[in-house]
Amino acid sequence: MKSAVVVFPGINRDNDMAHALEVVSGSKAHMVWHADTELPDVDVVVVPGGFSYGDYLRCGAIAARAPIMAAVRRHAERGGFVLGVCNGFQILTEAGLLPGVLMRNASLKFVCKLVHLRVDNANTAFSSAYAAGEVFRTPVAHGEGNYFADDETVKRLEGEGRVVFRYVDTAGNRGTGGNPNGAVNDIAGILNEAGNVLGMMPHPENLVEPIQGGTDGRGIFASVLAAVA
Amino acid sequence: MKARIIVTLKTGVLDPQGKAIEGAFKSFGLAGIDGVRQGKYFELDVAEADPAAARAKLTEACEKLLANTVIENYHIDLA
Repeated sequence: MKSAVVVFPGINRDNDMAHALEVVSGSKAHMVWHADTELPDVDVVVVPGGFSYGDYLRCGAIAARAPIMAAVRRHAERGGFVLGVCNGFQILTEAGLLPGVLMRNASLKFVCKLVHLRVDNANTAFSSAYAAGEVFRTPVAHGEGNYFADDETVKRLEGEGRVVFRYVDTAGNRGTGGNPNGAVNDIAGILNEAGNVLGMMPHPENLVEPIQGGTDGRGIFASVLAAVA
Repeated sequence: MKARIIVTLKTGVLDPQGKAIEGAFKSFGLAGIDGVRQGKYFELDVAEADPAAARAKLTEACEKLLANTVIENYHIDLA
């Protein structure tokens, strides 16, 4: 699997992401600078987490207008895979590649902990390595992860199976405190209409090796690896 | 031409920061202020002499960057 990680000023999870991509796929990721206008020939582009441009204006707002994002948009339009994690998810919504917006956590607190996600659609390029309904752990670390979209958009996402990951408790139940940020319908990760762009707030790249405390997050990378094979 | 832009959250969008500010009023005993909604204020210089052209440019600035129209409204004032 050929992959690229986009690096913006203020991004800090780029190396974690590149490491996870290499651990799971066996090949090194290309690191692409935000001011570049072309992507290398890759199967998947990852927009990683961090604090691009210090979260100025709105999280992801400035990065979404960076020169490289036009190339990321063309890659998505060609059907190439795009994964956005945390700040990367915020950037993809700001760029219009995914609907909705990530607002300030309802608690107003930065959350940094392990959460449980339930796979509500295992029939996607990003989740096929998991079983439908499977519950797995991932770390979250964000202050603005409170997913919001208008009622009509949420209805569409739900109706089209585009809510791929949802916050739940250890038993896979909703409404019992598993949602760390107040996201509407406990939404943790969504897919675009074409099924080739996924954004999620949690950090699967930080749970791909036993030394990190588990391998729960591997499935996302393994799914994409299988999709491009 | 100078311009001022105010970006506010749309009605119905939860504003936890506004709520926290409201809570702070209560915590130091200032009663009778509620419905706090936090927004953003921008001052800009536009290189246009024609108000209509300036407004068109600022509208593009708002739509493409200054406001996220999923959750925010914007208001443009030309000086």
